[in-house]
Amino acid sequence: MTILEGLYYSKDHEWVKLEGDKAYIGITDQAQLELGDVVFLELPEPGDEFSAGDSIGVVESVKAASDIYTPVSGRVVEVNAELTSNPERVNEDPYGSWMVVMEIADHAELDDLMSPEDYKAYCGQEE
Amino acid sequence: MDGLLKTPLFDAYREKAKIVDFAGWALPLYFEGIIPEHHAVRETAGLFDVTHMGEIVVSGKDAYEFLNKLLSNDLSTLTDYRVQYSLMLNRNGGTVDDVLVYRFSQDKYWVIVNAANRQKDYNWIREQAVGYEVSVNDLSDSIAQIALQGPKAADILNACGFDASEVRFFHFAENVRIHDRLCLISRSGYTGEDGFELYMEPMDAPAIWAYLLDIGSAFGLKPAGLGCRDTLRFEACLPLYGHELSEDITPFEAGLGRFVKLDKEDFIGKSALLEQIAGGLARKLTGFEMTDKGVPRSDYEVCKDGRQIGYVTTGYFSPTLKKNLGLALMDHDCTAPGTTIDVMIRGKALKAITVEIPFYTKKYKK
Repeated sequence: MTILEGLYYSKDHEWVKLEGDKAYIGITDQAQLELGDVVFLELPEPGDEFSAGDSIGVVESVKAASDIYTPVSGRVVEVNAELTSNPERVNEDPYGSWMVVMEIADHAELDDLMSPEDYKAYCGQEE
Repeated sequence: MDGLLKTPLFDAYREKAKIVDFAGWALPLYFEGIIPEHHAVRETAGLFDVTHMGEIVVSGKDAYEFLNKLLSNDLSTLTDYRVQYSLMLNRNGGTVDDVLVYRFSQDKYWVIVNAANRQKDYNWIREQAVGYEVSVNDLSDSIAQIALQGPKAADILNACGFDASEVRFFHFAENVRIHDRLCLISRSGYTGEDGFELYMEPMDAPAIWAYLLDIGSAFGLKPAGLGCRDTLRFEACLPLYGHELSEDITPFEAGLGRFVKLDKEDFIGKSALLEQIAGGLARKLTGFEMTDKGVPRSDYEVCKDGRQIGYVTTGYFSPTLKKNLGLALMDHDCTAPGTTIDVMIRGKALKAITVEIPFYTKKYKK
């Protein structure tokens, strides 16, 4: 399982990469390993607004559908359309496969997320 | 996985597979992944641990007469060393289980039942057997089962020293030596491909499993889990009890009328089925293909013109056909191929169109 430096991690196994006020959001390597082969993605529309913890979409593996939760509040400014056409990219490159870009309002919310070290320990506990 | 039943093969794959609880058994969902294992079975071969299946032996002077009363198919067409698919029905015509019957002689049969129904079936069979000179025994704990499935399955058995051409489709052979251990081998399966099911003593199962994987590796054989077993049987539209069949679903509703012989002597459920046929089928199992984007799943509602007309029994992204497909039990009036329907996915009505089933048919030698 790979955990990248420089990202924030949620307990629901999403990652956040911050660039100024823009947050790139995807699911972690641990999440894609747990899901298995991803066959379908449902993502929000640009302009949609969400609070931290809201379901912003669905990732479906062969067996089941799982919600994607945004770890931060904000407005969707971009959706990765290439990914909905090629959902298997989520398995091949989870950290390259951002799903949405959110313009975030409150940087303090990032303090509630885990560092790479904490996330590694968290995944270890869950097993 | 504590508290779950484990097959004699559990130690052979516990570190190599994602293990799940299936009907109280700890079994592999997948080894490498559902999709690669699915493709292996369609293109080369896959090896499944299906020890969880139940084996009930029915024997005695009245065995033939009893089973022909218990089951919907015509047992008079089944000769020694052949296998027959059949339905065991309740008095309302609903399905207690779908089974395979292996005939050893006029007086001895194996009935292969679903793991989840094993105890229910055993009790039901014993209750119905009152008044017949038969003995009914559950042999499940003393038999392990391995399924070798796929177009290379026969080649692999040949390489193991068994001439696979000796066993034709839905036939079986006893006392076959594989790796110096005795097996019963039938040419049957649950994937829509050519294949074999091997029954053996539990203590022999690990050696046979390892040997088949070893010999089979040159043919592209992979260990395969329950995940692809379900996607494979779904594409071939083979029913799964609890989804396409239940105590409330009759074989005619499930599209399995060809396994019900209404012209044979009486069998349990026959009078209810005759009534159902006379009154016309209200609902029928139907295949559909999503035209909007979405994956149909079990229990999703199916609607037309804003009215619910049925529900999804099984749905998947089909790895072979690369489409989102489903089976649904729905109003008979809406089942003609080409009918536009709505599948309710997370509160949205998404369009689908009904299609002919099975979705996938392999032309293999039967």
